[in-house]
Amino acid sequence: MDFREKVLNIVSEICENDIVLENPDIELFEENILDSFGVVNLLVSFSDELGIEVPLSDFDRDEWKTPNLIVKKMESYQ
Amino acid sequence: MIPYSSFLFFYIIFFLVVPSIVLNFLGKSNFKYNVCATVLAVVIIFSNHVQGALSLAVFVLWEITLILLYCKIRKIKNLSWVYYLFILLAIFPIATVKVVPFLSPNTIIGFLGISYLTFKVVQIIIEIRDGLIKENLSLTMLIYFLLFFPTISSGPIDRFRRFEKDVVQGIDRNTYTPLFSSGIHKIFIGFLYKFIIGYLINEYLLLNDFILQNDTFMQRLLYMYSYSLYIFFDFAGYSAFAIGISYLMGIKTPENFNMPFLSRNIKDFWNRWHMTLSFWFRDYVFMRVVFLITKKKWFKNKYVISSIGYLFLFLLMGVWHGLELHYILYGLYHALLMISFDIFSLLNKKYKFWPNTKATAALSVVITFHFICFGLYIFSGKFI
Repeated sequence: MDFREKVLNIVSEICENDIVLENPDIELFEENILDSFGVVNLLVSFSDELGIEVPLSDFDRDEWKTPNLIVKKMESYQ
Repeated sequence: MIPYSSFLFFYIIFFLVVPSIVLNFLGKSNFKYNVCATVLAVVIIFSNHVQGALSLAVFVLWEITLILLYCKIRKIKNLSWVYYLFILLAIFPIATVKVVPFLSPNTIIGFLGISYLTFKVVQIIIEIRDGLIKENLSLTMLIYFLLFFPTISSGPIDRFRRFEKDVVQGIDRNTYTPLFSSGIHKIFIGFLYKFIIGYLINEYLLLNDFILQNDTFMQRLLYMYSYSLYIFFDFAGYSAFAIGISYLMGIKTPENFNMPFLSRNIKDFWNRWHMTLSFWFRDYVFMRVVFLITKKKWFKNKYVISSIGYLFLFLLMGVWHGLELHYILYGLYHALLMISFDIFSLLNKKYKFWPNTKATAALSVVITFHFICFGLYIFSGKFI
């Protein structure tokens, strides 16, 4: 499984929603798929499963609003 | 002098801001001028209040020392207890200002805007800890950010890295022109909201003899609606002034309100009402508490974790407004609403009893509006 797939799987698992995989450009916050609570779980999962620590204060909703953008952000941390 | 409350203030501001506008239109850096104007404006705002001016000076000295010291220590070693110690030291002044008058009612300490300045300081310390602010902090930039006069008294609460970016990047004539028009527009919105609509509501509804009695159900209901509308127009008007003046100076201070009375649910409301405050609490309190509990595995159930997060956030927000019972009740009320809304969403996902149609959306807005107004009624202190 490549990095992109791993990240997307974690996102869809946290959102409990397969739409993340079907439409990776969906606006997660606009569509009420992800909220602050989900974001924290997402960052904890990234840290546990990928070993990448993202500081909470680096999380900016505009830069993380779609699954594709999340992948891009995570690639920059890799 | 309380900012945006008198003609004299606007008169002074006009002369202070014009050079900044001219420099922006000429495409020259107005950073140095803006810093000087900020210091001058702060001196004028506090000129008739010596005790406040003194408190402000001591406060700024204290907080800036803490920030610079923590920045140095953090570079050497990242220790949790040092971080928590510095957070406690940073909120020590505001805690004192809140607690002392409560214990001995006749003492007046502190100064206008202390809570808003504290938010900015705590945010900087947290971001230093997270390693996001690591360059040697410039003293001028720190003072400029903390005291930036358009927002000094009641926000909006800007973020240091965002603010610094505006200053460092500067602004060219083409980007400034629309910002300038938008700034002027916002100032007019400010006049309309605060001095026309807000004033009329206060004069004819809040100060109305019948409504003021606040005794029968009808009187209480009318007071609730009037107060809710008043506090919105007054504070959204103030915010529009603060944002408008910031724009004129080339700083894109964030928005504070986004049609909060059209919220579709309580979560939506907190994304639209006093946004810079609620986002501050979301990012620096709620998410951090939830992160800590999840990471340390103190609790497993996600509804338990988020409920603790909400209680923590809203009780703190309540206490921040003041230690009076009605503020704490206000915090508790919103925490319970958020928790209930999560349960409602969960049940609705399962049983689908609240479909997403135009009618339910309209009904949701009306229901949410009443929950919001009742919250503000508690906040007003007239409920208990």
